[in-house]
Amino acid sequence: MKVQLIKRSQPSNWLALTSPLLALALTMVAGAIMFALLGKNPATGLYTYFIQPLLDPWSRDQILVKATPLILIAIGLAICFRSGNWNIGAEGQYLIGGMVGATIPVLFNTWDSPMVLPLMLVMGIAGGALYGAIPGFLKAKFNTNEILTSLMLVYVAQQFVDWLVRGPWRDPDGFGFPGTKSFNESAVLPALFSTWDAHYGAVLAVIAAIIAWFVLSKTLKGFEVSVLGQSERAGRFAGFRPAAMTIFAFCVSGGLAGLAGIAEVSGSVEKLDDKLSLGYGFSAIIVAFLGRLNPLGIIAAGIVLALTYIGGEAAQISMGLSDRAARVFQGLLLFFVLACDTLIHYRIQVTAGSASAARAARAEGAG
Amino acid sequence: MPGNKQSDETTGACQSVTQATDPLLGAPLLSPQVPLVEAIGITKLFGELKANDSVDLTVQQGEIHALLGENGAGKSTLVKILFGSLQPTSGSLRWLGQPLNVASPSEARKTGIGMVFQHFSLFDALTVADNIALGFDSDVSLSEVAQTARQVSVDYGLPLDPSAVVGDLSVGERQRIEIVRCLMQNPQLVILDEPTSVLTPQEADRLFEVLFRLRDEGRSVLYISHRLEEVRRLCTAATIMRHGKVVDVCDPRDSSPVELAARMVGGDIADVTRAERDQSGPIILEAQNLSAEAATPFSVRLSKINLHVHAGEVVAIAGISGNGQGELFAALSGEAGVTGAITCDTLRIADKDVAPLDISQRRKLGAAFVPEERLGHATVPQMELSENVLLSRHASDKDTLTSAAPIRRKFTSELSAIAKRVCDAMDVRKGTADPVAASLSGGNLQKYVVGRELDRAPKLLIVNQPTWGVDAGAAAQIRQDLINLAEAGAAVLVISQDLDEIFQIATKIAVMSDGQLSQAEPAKAMTRERIGLLMSGSDDADGTNGARAA
Amino acid sequence: MEVWISILISVCAAATPLLIAATGELVVERSGVLNLGVEGMMIIGAVTAFSTAQVTGNPYLGALAAIVVASAFSLIFAFMTLTLVTNQVATGLALTILGLGLSGMIGQGFVGAPGVKMEALSIPLLSDLPVVGSLLFGQDLIFYASWALVFGVWWFLFKTKSGLKLRSVGDNHASAHALGLNVIGIRYCAVLFGGACAGLAGAHLSLVYVPQWVEGMTAGRGWIALALVVFASWRPGRLLIGAYLFGAVTIGQFHVQAQGLQIPAQFLASLPYLATIIVLVLIARNRRLTMINTPASLGKSFVPDR
Repeated sequence: MKVQLIKRSQPSNWLALTSPLLALALTMVAGAIMFALLGKNPATGLYTYFIQPLLDPWSRDQILVKATPLILIAIGLAICFRSGNWNIGAEGQYLIGGMVGATIPVLFNTWDSPMVLPLMLVMGIAGGALYGAIPGFLKAKFNTNEILTSLMLVYVAQQFVDWLVRGPWRDPDGFGFPGTKSFNESAVLPALFSTWDAHYGAVLAVIAAIIAWFVLSKTLKGFEVSVLGQSERAGRFAGFRPAAMTIFAFCVSGGLAGLAGIAEVSGSVEKLDDKLSLGYGFSAIIVAFLGRLNPLGIIAAGIVLALTYIGGEAAQISMGLSDRAARVFQGLLLFFVLACDTLIHYRIQVTAGSASAARAARAEGAG
Repeated sequence: MPGNKQSDETTGACQSVTQATDPLLGAPLLSPQVPLVEAIGITKLFGELKANDSVDLTVQQGEIHALLGENGAGKSTLVKILFGSLQPTSGSLRWLGQPLNVASPSEARKTGIGMVFQHFSLFDALTVADNIALGFDSDVSLSEVAQTARQVSVDYGLPLDPSAVVGDLSVGERQRIEIVRCLMQNPQLVILDEPTSVLTPQEADRLFEVLFRLRDEGRSVLYISHRLEEVRRLCTAATIMRHGKVVDVCDPRDSSPVELAARMVGGDIADVTRAERDQSGPIILEAQNLSAEAATPFSVRLSKINLHVHAGEVVAIAGISGNGQGELFAALSGEAGVTGAITCDTLRIADKDVAPLDISQRRKLGAAFVPEERLGHATVPQMELSENVLLSRHASDKDTLTSAAPIRRKFTSELSAIAKRVCDAMDVRKGTADPVAASLSGGNLQKYVVGRELDRAPKLLIVNQPTWGVDAGAAAQIRQDLINLAEAGAAVLVISQDLDEIFQIATKIAVMSDGQLSQAEPAKAMTRERIGLLMSGSDDADGTNGARAA
Repeated sequence: MEVWISILISVCAAATPLLIAATGELVVERSGVLNLGVEGMMIIGAVTAFSTAQVTGNPYLGALAAIVVASAFSLIFAFMTLTLVTNQVATGLALTILGLGLSGMIGQGFVGAPGVKMEALSIPLLSDLPVVGSLLFGQDLIFYASWALVFGVWWFLFKTKSGLKLRSVGDNHASAHALGLNVIGIRYCAVLFGGACAGLAGAHLSLVYVPQWVEGMTAGRGWIALALVVFASWRPGRLLIGAYLFGAVTIGQFHVQAQGLQIPAQFLASLPYLATIIVLVLIARNRRLTMINTPASLGKSFVPDR
């Protein structure tokens, strides 16, 4: 059997819209096979993962909680990826954003003012943006591989936050557990509804998505992002500066990751502890691609990914499935998304038998 | 005689190919003459595109056979099939009368078919010896390869240094590697794809001597070119292709270049005409002692370029590509950025000092630029033509295209209107109303890219390789447009490696070699030989090259 | 003296997995493919080696299984990027995410289980030599294999025709295709080899370095291996320097911690990552060196005309 790609003369618009759905469907098929291999009922497994969490109000709330940081980070990554910059250190920028934003309630824990929360958010954004600017600057200035530097900085950020919450910032009354004191009311991002866990970070995520969509699709800056991402030479011809774009894209995506971090710290955990790094920065890569790097698509994609987290927890409880299965799902999903993207530009032709057999047959026919 | 399957259209000027009995050409008299290679009814489909449509080709032993046709006529597809790089959808091959099946280039080489590629199949990071060894299928030791290579290169007068790294060599030297690698296989058929397009006239002459020698040794050459003068000099038979079909088989010596061109194109090409009067106005572009450090290990250093272009002039810069043309374009356009790497005494466009200005600011002064690469430089391949308007015009047409608030959606209609205007003016053929740039053919995209700048009515147009790889009709149209622009009072600077083009359109000619530019001289005073000498960087005996002395 | 020997031996242990994984990736990148999934393949190797050794009691079977499974895992990457021409960066990330998830799932039952250590193979007589004996001749099999691997890869790449073909594909895939080389086939082989190496590197982690299973135990070593390839500017010999330098940094920070200096452990643990960044900057500053040595087709997809 031989798989061949045949280039389409024009990219398929129809598939550009439906390829994420196709990828999701293929992931479910693969998931069903995985469930069967693990000796679980595939139908129950898929239902637990993808349907049940949507029916239950508590789960819906939790989906929103998880989707918020995923969407915020993925929007920034989408801008970065579109501009041809590979920021895979969003996890570190998220941590540093959460940490910098938390300095106010930690160091000035008696300060009670309506200014506290906005200031925390701004500091969170600034912290993430500056931390993201490091690999951006190194790439722009020295042509350093941004994939590796941004990733290395994740480990550094993890160690640094770990030191803070176990060392200088540890709550002396916390029975030795790592983590700061819980924040005051004024430093907590309020919940959307009194009984919910989901907080106003979700609103920020939607606003960020709309702004990013507008900038990317309607402004000259958005055009600049796409041009430089697709062809740096064409970008230079247009008078755009690749180095400036690299720093811009890293700052924006770092800032949004930082916002996600401080929103999580202030709205969800309400203190800084050693469990802030949950891998959102990496899962957001999947969200960005599943959303086809479109901020509005990313809202939907973030919810799908959050669903796999919540579904994974549910499946662990009700079916005894490893919660790591959710990670496997996410990895598979990214593979299928990338494979389906190929269909936008190519038709896939599968021929039976080897090429040489086909040639021999043809030669006989011709001779 | 087999192999003279003439099509019905233009057989009048054609004779049967009788080179075996032609003593003047010194062809060996082999009899009975069995054709060396025959292609019979070759059809090749790429998706829906019929690249070859039942093509027949016959090459006799000891013959230099021309394969003529425009870009996209299907010549490259046919030779790739002969060389085993592609498999035909239908049709068959014969070798000395026997059925031939070439599944891969290595089988082709075993059969006795060698190929010299147009865009060279060389590896920049490897040595000459490594490059040659890669053309061998058997495990010959590197030292043996180097030994044989030295032998062949001495035999045919093609000097090579086996230990040199290919990335450091000139285009002419690279072609020598290709030819030596091909000859080391002792091929009966040598295929050359557009071999002279990258050579100076003198280098081309040396290549022809090698080809005549191959023919005298009884080998055959399949020679692909669109340069009709040289085909008439070299070849005794020609197969002409158009739109994937063979339209004619003839002896090219019996037809004039104009007749051959008409058969290639399928009609007459409009003449490019130029008013014969001196109408030069004020200086629009002026560069004095412009130098630029090499930005990468693979780029060329510009040293002390002196150049001025008056309004109403078409100044052409001739030279083999890779001698600093791209770097000069980047420095003049401002694309290279405003860095310390570029120094000059003067760089003015329309009387303004542009040294500290970037490409957008230079455009605002009325300058327009067309780079060499159509896709990925002049356009973003996967963006629509309308979006690509914004690429070069977002700054110069700021008032119509973008408002102070940089919002562009409401100007989409303006973008589409400009794209439509350009396509109408330049007769750009396209499948849909606003296709992505990558889906256009080379000629149509080039017309669009040039038209996008002409539409601005620029004061200065700098264009690098305006018709490279473009079909004859589009090329003639673009050349005429450049002349018209200059006659309307603009200054035009054309960087080109096509001497025919340069003589058609230029009022002054300068030659670029290894990052240096000769003084521009009136086109009428220039000859091909002189340009060729300047191209290869030979020093000028008669002292007219004052620019370099300065 | 004894202390220094034992420190050097632990430097070797820290350097070996980096060296093996980086050597594999070097071959992959020389063929023009950028596989960022080293971390994922490595951890798949680690969990496979650990679980196989745990079940069979034989660490060598574990290492063998790691090689086979990790190269099978890299086949996913090869199929995606070479046959379906997906973006190599994104696909490599996907491979890492999937590898981390799968290994967590497979390894869940082995957390805390006693490991099977691959014991040192003392070469008789030679290992009794003073000083160098235990250092050079008293190590585990994978250590010897790593040196053989580096030498073997150097010999293959620069002394054999097949190695020349592999390098040519990485330099210019269009030319290689025109000459009749099987670009995709050669790249498949390179990716599989890279997978096998990453698997062996992972096996070293869970059988020699810390003979137990800890989730995420590769801790970025796959990424450091990728950085080492850049550091070595795609030359096998220089990988030795890089890997042992990083081994020394890793071990050095443990010893500084043990000395009871007043430097937070987390800061010391950051050192290898910071060192990686510094090295990458220093290497990238020499533009000429990087541009000349980087395989010109690296990371670019190849679709032949048909």
